[in-house]
Amino acid sequence: MHRVVLLVEDSPGDVRLTQEAFHDADPSIELHVATDGVEAMAYLRREGIHAAAPRPDVILLDLNLPKMDGREVLAHIKENDDLKTIPTVILTTSDAEADILTSYELRANCYLSKPVQLEEFEGLVKSINDFWLMTVKLPQQALGG
Amino acid sequence: MNPTENDDMSIEVLLVEDSPGDVRLTQEAFRDAGKPVRLHLVSDGVEAMTFLRREGIYTGAPRPDLILLDLNLPKMDGREVLARIKKDHALKTIPTIILTTSDDEADVLISYQLQANCYLRKPAHWDAFDNLVKSINTFWLTKAKLPQQTQPG
Repeated sequence: MHRVVLLVEDSPGDVRLTQEAFHDADPSIELHVATDGVEAMAYLRREGIHAAAPRPDVILLDLNLPKMDGREVLAHIKENDDLKTIPTVILTTSDAEADILTSYELRANCYLSKPVQLEEFEGLVKSINDFWLMTVKLPQQALGG
Repeated sequence: MNPTENDDMSIEVLLVEDSPGDVRLTQEAFRDAGKPVRLHLVSDGVEAMTFLRREGIYTGAPRPDLILLDLNLPKMDGREVLARIKKDHALKTIPTIILTTSDDEADVLISYQLQANCYLRKPAHWDAFDNLVKSINTFWLTKAKLPQQTQPG
């Protein structure tokens, strides 16, 4: 099954680790990367160079991002009738209770804290794949609009 | 870790399910999953809201850390229960997982529109059902960070 994931992440190291872990889990996953919040919204709204961007099945969203904060990106996604049905998983180093609560208030589908250890990070990406891409029933692609 | 109001580290799960067979399977799968889970059971939508609002016999009910919600329920439909949970400021942060036999794309879409945290389809076979509950357990109770208990306001 062909799955499209949008990773919104500004740390090149975490981007690389996530790419490798998804590739190990399932090489057919199409992973797109946006490195700041403005680019994430441009991708999702298919603006500019993103005019032909495929709609993601799942979004992985860091909270601390340049240009537009992840909390604001999350709020924009969940306020948009076309985008709000895309499961949006927060993936961040923050373990702060306030960030967890705010994310669920802003309708994050789930909150995950990035492990510091490499092997645990890989394990977490595998479990995102196992649960969100293999187990969960995702909404079908709605026609853009 | 997600501390609860109680001293112990049990995770409170509310199962909203009217099929006795599915209740039994879910109970057994959680029991086998190796994590201290206290499973609370309500069998229709009205009872689910009574539990969540701590009314009547549920005055002392704990706030669930996680809700497993069937869609087709007596008295009040699961879609209506989901809409009420997600409109209620005190309840909306509780991760609410749809667990249903329906494979209808319209049900999937409406559930995400109503802000279900995820949608899972109940498999027809026992082994697959058991695995599904274990994967809920693994992902939501050990990987995901759940919001800490807040007092309803």
